[in-house]
Amino acid sequence: MSVAKPLPHESARLHVTGTARYTDDIPAPAGCLHLAFGLSEVAHGTLDALDVSAVRAAPGVVAVLTAEDLDPMPDCSPSLHDEPLLCTGEIHYAGQPLYLVVADSHLAARRAARLHRAEVTERDPVLTIEQALAAEAWFDGGPRVWVDGDVDAALTAAPHRLSGQIEMGGQEHFYLEGQAALALPSEAGEMHVLTSTQHPTEIQHKVADALGLPMHAVRSEVRRMGGGFGGKESQGNALAVACAVAARLTGRACRMRYDRDDDFVVTGKRHDFRIAYDVGHDDRGRVLAVTFRHWTRCGWSQDLSLPVADRAMLHADNAYDIPVMRIESWRLRTNTQSATAFRGFGGPQGMLGIERVMDHVAHAVGRDPLEVRRLNFYADARDASKGGRTHYGQQVTDFCLNAMVGKLAETCDYDARRKAIADWNAANPLLKRGIALTPVKFGISFTLTHLNQAGALVHVYADGSIHLNHGGTEMGQGLHSKVVQVAADRFGCDVARVKITATDTGKVPNTSATAASSGADLNGMAVKAACDTIRARMADHLAAIHQADPADVVFAEDAVRVAGAEYPFEKAAAMAYVARVPLSSTGFYATPDISWDREAGQGRPFFYFAYGAACSEVVIDRLTGENRILRTDILHDAGASLNPALDMGQVEGGFVQGAGWLTTEELVWDHAGRLRTHAPSTYKIPCASDVPPVFNVTLWDDPNREETIYRSKAVGEPPFMHGISVFLALSDAVTACGEGYPALDAPATAERVLGAVHRLE
Amino acid sequence: MEIPFRLNGEDVTATTDDPTATLLDWLRGRHGLTGTKEGCNEGDCGACSVIVTGADGAPRALNACILFLPQLAGRAVRTVEGLAEPDGTLHPVQQAMVDLHGSQCGFCTPGFVTTMAAAHARGDTDDADQIAGNLCRCTGYAPILRAARAARDAPVPDLMHEPALPASPVRGSDHFHPQSGDELAEWYAAHPDATLVAGATDVGLWVTKQFRPLGRLAFLAGCDDLRGVTVAEDAIEIGAMCDMETLRHAIAPHFPAFAELLRRYGSVQVRNAATIGGNIANGSPIGDSPPPLIALGATLHLRRADDRRSMPLEDFFLDYGKQDRAPGEFVERVTIPRQPDTLRCHKLSKRFDQDISAVCGAFNLPLVDGRFATPRVAFGGMAGTPKRAPSAEVALAGQAPSADTFRRAAEALAQDFEPLTDMRASADYRMRAAQGMLLRLAYDGDDTVAHDLIGVRA
Repeated sequence: MSVAKPLPHESARLHVTGTARYTDDIPAPAGCLHLAFGLSEVAHGTLDALDVSAVRAAPGVVAVLTAEDLDPMPDCSPSLHDEPLLCTGEIHYAGQPLYLVVADSHLAARRAARLHRAEVTERDPVLTIEQALAAEAWFDGGPRVWVDGDVDAALTAAPHRLSGQIEMGGQEHFYLEGQAALALPSEAGEMHVLTSTQHPTEIQHKVADALGLPMHAVRSEVRRMGGGFGGKESQGNALAVACAVAARLTGRACRMRYDRDDDFVVTGKRHDFRIAYDVGHDDRGRVLAVTFRHWTRCGWSQDLSLPVADRAMLHADNAYDIPVMRIESWRLRTNTQSATAFRGFGGPQGMLGIERVMDHVAHAVGRDPLEVRRLNFYADARDASKGGRTHYGQQVTDFCLNAMVGKLAETCDYDARRKAIADWNAANPLLKRGIALTPVKFGISFTLTHLNQAGALVHVYADGSIHLNHGGTEMGQGLHSKVVQVAADRFGCDVARVKITATDTGKVPNTSATAASSGADLNGMAVKAACDTIRARMADHLAAIHQADPADVVFAEDAVRVAGAEYPFEKAAAMAYVARVPLSSTGFYATPDISWDREAGQGRPFFYFAYGAACSEVVIDRLTGENRILRTDILHDAGASLNPALDMGQVEGGFVQGAGWLTTEELVWDHAGRLRTHAPSTYKIPCASDVPPVFNVTLWDDPNREETIYRSKAVGEPPFMHGISVFLALSDAVTACGEGYPALDAPATAERVLGAVHRLE
Repeated sequence: MEIPFRLNGEDVTATTDDPTATLLDWLRGRHGLTGTKEGCNEGDCGACSVIVTGADGAPRALNACILFLPQLAGRAVRTVEGLAEPDGTLHPVQQAMVDLHGSQCGFCTPGFVTTMAAAHARGDTDDADQIAGNLCRCTGYAPILRAARAARDAPVPDLMHEPALPASPVRGSDHFHPQSGDELAEWYAAHPDATLVAGATDVGLWVTKQFRPLGRLAFLAGCDDLRGVTVAEDAIEIGAMCDMETLRHAIAPHFPAFAELLRRYGSVQVRNAATIGGNIANGSPIGDSPPPLIALGATLHLRRADDRRSMPLEDFFLDYGKQDRAPGEFVERVTIPRQPDTLRCHKLSKRFDQDISAVCGAFNLPLVDGRFATPRVAFGGMAGTPKRAPSAEVALAGQAPSADTFRRAAEALAQDFEPLTDMRASADYRMRAAQGMLLRLAYDGDDTVAHDLIGVRA
């Protein structure tokens, strides 16, 4: 068995020796050109004239492409046709590409890209939620509203009411490898594009579109990314299209990478949200009805904002069985970077809304927030008869958080620590500690149902080595490692026999983005299907030789056993080859039993849910607002884990990234709409000393109730939301500084923490 | 120009026309060593970390993205490609990173491995601090910290001991490469419009981010006589070329709060490069060394040719971006009068470690007969320059320490500063937090309450 083992990442040795190749490390053919965009410094206006004569004259510049040179203008959008590669007259945000420099070096291109003169008629940018509402600037034709029950009646009837609001900032992906692409022109106008992307098929599609080619004339390839986190689902399109366009024009290979500052300024980020709530509850804190209003700034183009905002709505219940709910969601068009996919895809924002509600209600009724949370949980699956239906109509049939949270509260000693913290706070005037235990229930599947499919291509060579490809991409999450383990398990062979090469649209077509935590679920199943096809052919052949039942042929321990005979795997492969048995197969998988009516907001969008719970303890300085995480305990549900080491890595890393979102990672735009935090010197992701000194992560080892690959569960996104425990622990610490509810906003920078302290004092 | 140095154990000569060509670009472009990565191109993420060993034989991690080739003359560079043995045996740090799942996407990994290998060779075991200048977005650092711990006791591979190179000056250069303070003084007086390059942690960004034309350059890497820290009976003298890491260790026995501030001033990579002279001379309002130096009553020593003059450090900072430095004059050293340690520092930043200060407060409040005799309070981040807080000092002078005394000083602070709002903090927060720093001093020495976030344990 190769599955369920904590094997190292398949590229670990390459990583630590510096020999793992990323897009910009791939040697380019002689004469390769380098690209850079010239960017708008203005957030909103009309480009009246663009003088690029100095750009053209700069050393090393080979060509400069403006909107006039591209007709029709290529589009880079993953949704609507609303993202021209270059500005065609209307300037929508500060950082929008105005023109493209083609030069003989990266540095020459970057230097030249600052030498233009733009004449712009500036208009006031639409930056804030208020400005967007006043300008009626929104997508989706207005607010999307889902109603589950008679919320007005339920609120009126509730013994208690409270209302409030929380703001939560966006988040820069800060993948360590910035966006990068390389286009290699081939014969007959064909194009081979290598991109750091989570979505090779989208790159293929956009490049084909830009060049006026059928998809078969464009090959899109990615071996690995240096991090993605959603930021390479659509944001690589512009680079790949630019490289392809320039490569066609010049006949030479073209490559492009964004300098880090450009990457910040040009590309989209996590959606920021404001969530207002009106809650009806009883004396004990049982929530009887909630009205949510979501406002999110989507930026200048639609990109993936509609499904992101939908997923925020879909996670407005998190783990809580709320009888009546109404959600109104506004998707606002602003003159900022086009907000895009980011780990959790709106789920974290929706979830933080309801977690704030639970915290606020607990404060109002004077109970421990954990008690109030547990009071409102869905019933565990064995009690499913008691109900458990989400506000979008899906039955919750696999709930396990009552048991998980009970277990975590016990192992992290929640009750005793809460008491100890209260005592400590009473004795300490300068520093205050806080604790919070929060749950996660995250829906697994693309909400756009047709994306829930995957393909694979497996070859067994005559020497017994196995080569496979699938539609997923490797961005560090260990997808290829897990898939190798699946293939090795199907053939009963050593993982060293199995090699995965670059994801390639010429190998596996029509791939979905590696997103929505779906990589292993979908591609693991597709690979399994392909392997099983080949294995069955080999079994049939050997069974025929031995006049045995193919069902009795055993693939195990790197050998094949049949009717008392045992063949090393490579011998079995060679025998099949000589007997002209086909040793190559595709495999395919489509997630069963899901359906979703987006208009009605009803259906079963998710195949299953992944669960987890986290408890964090923090300390704050009440005079400066500075804070530290002291301890975090996490219990996370990865189903029957395919690789516990990789899954632990996702949980630890997801948590820290989530904690960063809600604490130090602050995006600041100025009044002119320019992003002022555009490098790691000003935008602060967590560093090593921000990891909790006590950090206990445990997997909840329980097979998925649904028939997923080896009964595992998706683990990419759900742990991100464990960061909410840190945010609410900070809020808890603030409550020790005075009277009232802190109503802390996110990110809870030291400044916001101090502001909340002052409100209470 | 030709720059001889050692690369992964072999002698090489880099040839370039561009005096500000970075080691990173040379490795990746000209030399085909793509293991060293560009993450930010400004010395803030550590993905480009390499190990550089100088004449003292001590391996140091540095950021290759803001390391100009001429700074490397005569030094030994080891990149991630040069850490494993020729037979493929991994360095203990590399092996631990594989075994303990320390890489996910792998892009930051070469930088971590080199930084950790340098720390391992030196025997530094403050793991979180050693890698605080290496950003990882995947792992959450936990497995990397486990790997550092696991590799700690493994023997240091021989290849980490780089033999010293024979004297290897830069050849054929149009720029100046002085080997002493005297050489620099003479040349700089004759070329006052030149740019001095010491650690290049600031000048590096003028090149990689701003494309600022720098004109004639003087690379000060050879001026070893400007580096030392001398502890004399009446003063501690710090050479302008003293790097922050050296200063941190040298100052720790005398002013531990200053040393802790320097720990948080920047990453190991930045501390290994940045110099005290540069941190003062660039006049940044948010440089972290001026506030404690001003609070300690430090004197700045400037030199132009053979003329030398001295001044209280606070007098050097005239206005935002304007220092009292004549053309051709340079910071030669800074001296701190010996005194009993009463220094307290408070660095406030969005991220606790490796972040530029929003506010940096330094408080030197010696007691004479139970009262503050000569209080010195200095702040960075509160004005266009590092600056003393005269009203707050007046409010403290002659008073006994008490909550009331500090409350009055905090109130007085409002007369001393009108801070700005920027992406790091609002004006209002800067003032309130600076006042908070004074208020919390009322608890100084009170062991019955917790003061220090770092000291709190769950």
